[in-house]
Amino acid sequence: MSRPLGNAREAMAEVIATPGNKKSQETRKSVGVCVRGCRGLSRLAELPETHDMLRRTCRDFADRELKPIAARLDKEGTFPAQQILELGAMGVMAMEVPEELGGAGMDYLAYSVAMEEISRGCASTGVVVSVNNSLYLGPILKFGSEDQKQKWITPFTGGRQVGCFALSEPDNGSDAGAASTMAHQDGDHWVLNGTKAWITNSWDAAAVVVFATTDRKLKHKGISAFLVPMPHPGLSLGKKEDKLGIKASSTANIILEDCRIPLDNMLGPRGAGFKIAMQTLDSGRIGIAAQALGIAQASLDCAADYAHKRHAFGASIGKLQAVQFKLADMALAIESARLLTWKAALQRDATRPFTKEAAMAKLSASEAATFCSHQAIQILGGMGYVTDMPAERHYRDARITEIYEGTSEIQRLVIAGQLLKDYAA
Amino acid sequence: MEAGGAVVAAGIAEVTPTPLISTKRFIPMIRVKPDKTGVVTDGVKHSMNPFCEIAMEEAVRLKEKKLIKEVVAVSCGPQQAQETIRTALAMGADRGIHVEVSGKDYENLGPLQVSKIMAALAKKEEAQLVILGKQAIDDDCNQTGQMTAALLDWPQGTFASEVTLEGDKMKVVREIDGGLETVKINTPAVVTADLRLNTPRYATLPNIMKAKKKKIANMKPSDLGVDLTSRLEVLRVDEPPQRQAGIKVETVEDLVGKLKETGSI
Repeated sequence: MSRPLGNAREAMAEVIATPGNKKSQETRKSVGVCVRGCRGLSRLAELPETHDMLRRTCRDFADRELKPIAARLDKEGTFPAQQILELGAMGVMAMEVPEELGGAGMDYLAYSVAMEEISRGCASTGVVVSVNNSLYLGPILKFGSEDQKQKWITPFTGGRQVGCFALSEPDNGSDAGAASTMAHQDGDHWVLNGTKAWITNSWDAAAVVVFATTDRKLKHKGISAFLVPMPHPGLSLGKKEDKLGIKASSTANIILEDCRIPLDNMLGPRGAGFKIAMQTLDSGRIGIAAQALGIAQASLDCAADYAHKRHAFGASIGKLQAVQFKLADMALAIESARLLTWKAALQRDATRPFTKEAAMAKLSASEAATFCSHQAIQILGGMGYVTDMPAERHYRDARITEIYEGTSEIQRLVIAGQLLKDYAA
Repeated sequence: MEAGGAVVAAGIAEVTPTPLISTKRFIPMIRVKPDKTGVVTDGVKHSMNPFCEIAMEEAVRLKEKKLIKEVVAVSCGPQQAQETIRTALAMGADRGIHVEVSGKDYENLGPLQVSKIMAALAKKEEAQLVILGKQAIDDDCNQTGQMTAALLDWPQGTFASEVTLEGDKMKVVREIDGGLETVKINTPAVVTADLRLNTPRYATLPNIMKAKKKKIANMKPSDLGVDLTSRLEVLRVDEPPQRQAGIKVETVEDLVGKLKETGSI
């Protein structure tokens, strides 16, 4: 295997030169110009024009439609149905899905940019958008048959219906290979039994991608993926979890008791479930990284604004070095994480391996979110602790980003795994 | 200041007309320059004037109702005005015209010069409808639409809160001080959009993508035979005086007394 340095140089050259392989050109014909234009790593410095317009459009939407209601959504725990519908009309609920299937036909860089701006307005809305895009539509787009795409993708592109992703169980989160939900064949049906835990969007979804064991002896290679409509006989929901943050999105158990689905509802080949889950999560990590960036940026906005306006010791507190150092560290954490997120997105768009970059992005962005929201409260002092200011909500929203879609510990394992492969003799 | 105009052009009759829509790029948060010659423009974030957005939205809606054929977005200003036109294209305009005005000319660009440009474009494009925002929220002139109509000798429906095309006539409900006034005017005509005319849409992602491929034609005011010389000279620009604190009084008699003291009554 070549030396890591050689790999990096080759990677850069290839990323800049390759016109993308045929598959990416097929699925993204409508964004051909876009993908070629933003392949160069030099694009990290400045977004291409369309992406910049998209960023401004999403920011306007977040400022006008999400920011004013975010506190109320958090307090009441209500699903932002109207806003999801409006985002659907804009194309944000199905950004990567080709236009023929009802999506916006855009690339992952665009998705990252949109996710950050939406989450900056409301983190709960952000996670609803992310789960629908990356965890539900993502695997069906990649592994679904044409029929499955028509049935399970198109109705979920306009914001009227959202999907969810059920991998975790009460007895295994990080240990995804130990899935105990079972699926056995009975005539022309699959019958699912088991419980899934911590499922985002569960109470608001119209469909779920479920992972269940079809061949126990094959261990993680015996897991398969299934598409189940919601509601459905044999599928019930546990209580809505009362969470610390992202309260406007629903999280609950999904209980399967002799849940019968047609054989056609298997997604991808039998036994490919674990692979599907892992690949799906790789992409999902970019979305969550972007969500964390949005929360971090919102915290920085809040803190920097306060630093200008709050006066103490005869001047605005922004003049004090202690505050300046905090703001600098926050900005640095966000900018680094953002560049990593964009890089992971660009790698994915160029159909180059991006597992390591996605893990790095998610890890750095989520740690930036918790750091920035923590420091924002510190800068705001007492005001940061009360609900009059959004700082306390950002603090609560940020915390989950280090846990879901792969804990920070798992991300480190993923990065180390990829790294060691590069160094292997 | 910057100015834009969208012009709608096309023949009416059985062929639906093309509207020209005016879009102006403005500064959302204004600070007066230290030398009091104007407001700070360097490095300041600019956006599309909200009333122009409403005008743009109305044009796109008319096109969706198939009452007009083509929407042309126009903006007058420096290179950056192209950004504003692209936003208009993403909202649904078919093509754009950028009338390049920069430097000193741009600083002196006022409603009279813009309306001359708009009138010239309306004639050139054979527009049947010109829709502008009622005023820009940086200079609040509220003159461009009216002047354009006068230069073209066209009827005008200003402060529109509702616009209905009826054959070769137009019904415009206007917001006036006394309430709502409905006028029926012949086309070709000029309309200026008021706040309640509509709620502008967010550009959809596919439209943002398509906007990149739509054409923006470039031209100079001289191409249209327009002389940009200003007849106005700005002597000074000041911020409004700082609001002073009020005084609370205990009784109505005290209030009347105070008012008499200050000579207000």
